[in-house]
Amino acid sequence: MTTAVKAQLGIAALMFAASPWVINAAPHEATMGLVYKIYFYHMPSAWMFMLGAIVAGVASARFLFAKRQASDATAVAAAELAVVFGLLALVTGPLWARKAWGVWWVWDARLTSSLMLFLIFVAYLLLRQFGGPGSEKLSAGLALFGMANVPFIYVSVNYWRTLHPKTSVVPTLPVAMGIPLWFCVCAFLLLFLALLSLRATLETHRARIDSLYLSHDEA
Amino acid sequence: MRYLRVLFILSLLAAPAVSGAQQTPSPDEFVPISEIPAEEQIPAINLVAAAYAFVWVALFGYVWSLGSRLGKAEADLARLERKDH
Repeated sequence: MTTAVKAQLGIAALMFAASPWVINAAPHEATMGLVYKIYFYHMPSAWMFMLGAIVAGVASARFLFAKRQASDATAVAAAELAVVFGLLALVTGPLWARKAWGVWWVWDARLTSSLMLFLIFVAYLLLRQFGGPGSEKLSAGLALFGMANVPFIYVSVNYWRTLHPKTSVVPTLPVAMGIPLWFCVCAFLLLFLALLSLRATLETHRARIDSLYLSHDEA
Repeated sequence: MRYLRVLFILSLLAAPAVSGAQQTPSPDEFVPISEIPAEEQIPAINLVAAAYAFVWVALFGYVWSLGSRLGKAEADLARLERKDH
């Protein structure tokens, strides 16, 4: 583990530890009251979910078209993080919705497409795990489809009828609510970058282990 | 004629029940928070605590899992490279 990754992990851990106090200082929202505070973890999770999908898609494109082997390790790392942060977004969202909307889930464009993106990256990881030789190219194609889904998820709340807040919410947040939100976004982003680096290192180690086993078998 | 009168009275009696049944929303539809019966309402603090606890536990679990996988891979790699030399 490099010093930069250790520093990122340490700062992220400190920010996560401080986040309950920072969030507690934010005022209550007028109509939803206390439950809206789930937003401060839900939205950064959702953003990291989409960031993971974009990184996986870009790295897969580099792997497929530029034949860069190192990009495959980045793609696997980002795909796994997309599943982890996607799970966080898909669990915290319904907990908020139950109080704010009166239901756990609605099949609107935003929620359904987010679930689809999550399932695409679960399929990616299953393909990598059980697909056998050649699965890295198939899964790279799958990651490209996943990445193409991201802009659709982002704008879906503006074009289709939904109960979900629109994209205009973040820029119009009052400062007292914006500070804890951006604090949490920074904590999640630092953690994402540190985990991406560690997970890509793991994948590189695994590739090296496989090649060493192969060279031993041949000898 | 008598049958028609009985039918008319029965339909008048059944009307409130039928209209009440039509107004009950399906569990999948949006229900305004003010219309949810009190016994079905979950206190906000429970939902907020559950959301934060889930995020903390899931992230801690993932970091722990990644750390242990990385440690094992580094040990395997060191062992194989020693064998190689």
